[in-house]
Amino acid sequence: MKIMLVDDSRTIRNIQKNVLKQIGHTDLIEAEDGVVALGLFQKEVPDLMLVDWNMPNMDGITLIRKIRETNKTVPIIMCTTEAEKSRILEAIKAGVNNYIVKPFSVESLQEKIEQTMAKIGAA
Amino acid sequence: MDVRFINPFVKSICNTFETMCSLPVTVKKPEMKTDNGPTSDVSSIIGFSGDAAGSVALHFSFDTASQLATKFAGIDITPEHDDFADAIGELANMVAGGAKAQFQGVDVSISLPNVIVGLNHNLSASKSVPRIIIPCDTELGSFIVEIGMILTKQPAGNVAETAGALS
Repeated sequence: MKIMLVDDSRTIRNIQKNVLKQIGHTDLIEAEDGVVALGLFQKEVPDLMLVDWNMPNMDGITLIRKIRETNKTVPIIMCTTEAEKSRILEAIKAGVNNYIVKPFSVESLQEKIEQTMAKIGAA
Repeated sequence: MDVRFINPFVKSICNTFETMCSLPVTVKKPEMKTDNGPTSDVSSIIGFSGDAAGSVALHFSFDTASQLATKFAGIDITPEHDDFADAIGELANMVAGGAKAQFQGVDVSISLPNVIVGLNHNLSASKSVPRIIIPCDTELGSFIVEIGMILTKQPAGNVAETAGALS
């Protein structure tokens, strides 16, 4: 299972990678903004995406809207500091499948990833 | 400085460091910033725009910043490490995001973090917005949170509820 991590913070991507490796996922690709992520996505569609909201060049919500124009099925988890109800609703409307608010515990990140994978039958 | 913004920041500081670094934070009494201080070695700054404008800055010594970044990232991070600024910036990002989520009825956007690294620097900001400093202690060292925020637009919806949420 290929998982794409999209976050401008390498520290956050490393934390996410560690959690994913702990639960047996090692096929990981990284992007530091929406532009890079979209380019990678067009070459190879991942099985799951973790996407930050606030990033330079192209933010996460724009990236998700662009992806959903052509792909309605790839599971996307938004992982962001944007915690207001209005932002969460905006993300759901854009097509996210799950939502994690930063700061997050390792346990909650793991739980959301497993929850999302279970929904797509990949747990 | 609208003092109603202080509590959301205090809650967010405690939540961020407790959740990401397993570190309880003792928050001391906020005070007005004077022209003379504080100085620090590492500052991470996030700007706010929208219904409220201003910024929040986290100020650290090199030693405290290194220890907190190391605890946060789970790897040894010195000021020379490639991820040092990234880790410190992300902590400020979480503090800012967690605070803004509590500004009910006040729609605010946050900037990407900027990190300043330099021995004993002082952050100079507009004198039109008074700034509050919040001293914070952890077992890995002390740091200071500096906030300058003003409402630029009356909150939408239930103003009383908003004031209550911010007070």
